[in-house]
Amino acid sequence: MNFISDPITFIANWLTNLLLGWGLSPEVTTVLLTFIGAFLLGTFGFALVIFTIWLERKLYGRIQDRLGPNRVGPWGIFQTFPDMIKIFTKEYITPIGADKIVYNLAPILSVSAVLLTWAVIPFAPTIVGTELNVGVIYLMAVGSIGALGIILAGWSSNNKYSLIGGFRAVAQVVSYEVPMILALLIPVLLGQTMGVNSLVYAQNIWFIFLSPIAALIFFISCLAETGRAPFDLLEAESELVAGYQTEYSGLKFGMFYVGEFLHAFTISALMATLFLGGWRGPWAEQVPILGVFWFFIKAFIVYFFVVLIRISMPRLRIDQMLNFNWKFLTPLALVLLVVTAIVEKSFLLVTPGLNLTETALPWLRAGLHLSVNLIIILITIQILKTHRIKEVRVVATPRPVAVAPEPPASVIS
Amino acid sequence: MQSDWLFIGLFLLIVALFPGAPILFAGLISPHKSNPTKSETYECGLETVGDTWVQFRVQYYIFALTFLVFDVELVFLFPWAVAFGQLTMFGLLSGVIFILILFVELLAAWRKGVLEWA
Repeated sequence: MNFISDPITFIANWLTNLLLGWGLSPEVTTVLLTFIGAFLLGTFGFALVIFTIWLERKLYGRIQDRLGPNRVGPWGIFQTFPDMIKIFTKEYITPIGADKIVYNLAPILSVSAVLLTWAVIPFAPTIVGTELNVGVIYLMAVGSIGALGIILAGWSSNNKYSLIGGFRAVAQVVSYEVPMILALLIPVLLGQTMGVNSLVYAQNIWFIFLSPIAALIFFISCLAETGRAPFDLLEAESELVAGYQTEYSGLKFGMFYVGEFLHAFTISALMATLFLGGWRGPWAEQVPILGVFWFFIKAFIVYFFVVLIRISMPRLRIDQMLNFNWKFLTPLALVLLVVTAIVEKSFLLVTPGLNLTETALPWLRAGLHLSVNLIIILITIQILKTHRIKEVRVVATPRPVAVAPEPPASVIS
Repeated sequence: MQSDWLFIGLFLLIVALFPGAPILFAGLISPHKSNPTKSETYECGLETVGDTWVQFRVQYYIFALTFLVFDVELVFLFPWAVAFGQLTMFGLLSGVIFILILFVELLAAWRKGVLEWA
């Protein structure tokens, strides 16, 4: 372990020795180092948001045939800083009758819930906040706090628009958690571990190739969790002013903004970790710093798709969205789970008798899972074709049209 | 193991501090010029009528309830998935039956019209 290949561990070891050399007890040293690590991780998350806000605005602008931010710094890359200073100096306006405590707590919750996820995301084999052995359950638990933030914001503002936004959060964000958890079960089942870093170690072949359906379901339901277009019913600006954040101003509004952008990047990072092999790539295990590089390449590719979907899709109606969740994603995920379990079990039972080489086994397994997934996709498409939702087409009866009275003959000529 | 949760604990503090401290700080430097009109509830320029916390559509509540059933039961599947490699045929079948019960639950809700947004 030298400085260039793994700077974080190197610095951590050096600091530990330094602090121990000063005569601090090992416990105090651990606490101090953990604190520094946690602080750095949080700072890094916030710094990344400053970058992704710029990136997203730029992409947004480019796709809409505008320039996007282009004044402050090269390509407008520092645009977020003046915006930050501006929003810092804005007045807080609290509506009469708002539930003060809950009202002030909501923006903090919506950011911290997302940031908490980062504690278990491995950026490289050695650079990880903490390797919990219940990492995936931790992800689930922390993910639902974000929904709570939105619901609290909507409820406490004493505004009817906000309240409707909060209701929609109950229906949407909370509902989409079901397929998300079901899709999360598939990597756990394939990797047979709940630690997020061990899941990355288990991905000799990326899980997206083993189970593309699970990856897709996870991606879609995570998108719905972020509450961005096409799932932005929570703040639907053409219906609800700004939804749950109508009554927020100044930095409290800014924190919702930060939370949303951070969430968008976090789901890309989760997607990259759980299905795209995380930090895995050439030489990542020998040189951990390369793992960071691979991880961010993957995460930013997914992030690009997140932004692309946000820009190009129109908003769904709430009944369509809930139908899609409860009548399509959830049954599909349940079926996928059963089928994956059976295929995996039969693979585990049959292969010891086959005398296959060590290298061929994982490929056989991946091929098996992939083909089963493809079959499920084909069957799903067939079912969707035959059982199309029979939309009630109301054939409008021709209304009585006010017929203009025949003009007198003299006018016609 | 202990230091794992130590990290989570410290991270919890930091994560609450990171959005909280700027909000407090901005509250100190930003102007305070409140007046009754400004702090009125926003409603497109009209004065709001009646209480905000009114009765709402029961469908939202029903969806939340359906979610609760699923969420609580799905957590039990995680240990099953982790121990999947060591499971006997009986273990596999019990897991599958558990999932099938969930499926039946979904179908029952569907048939009852819980999932309709009518």
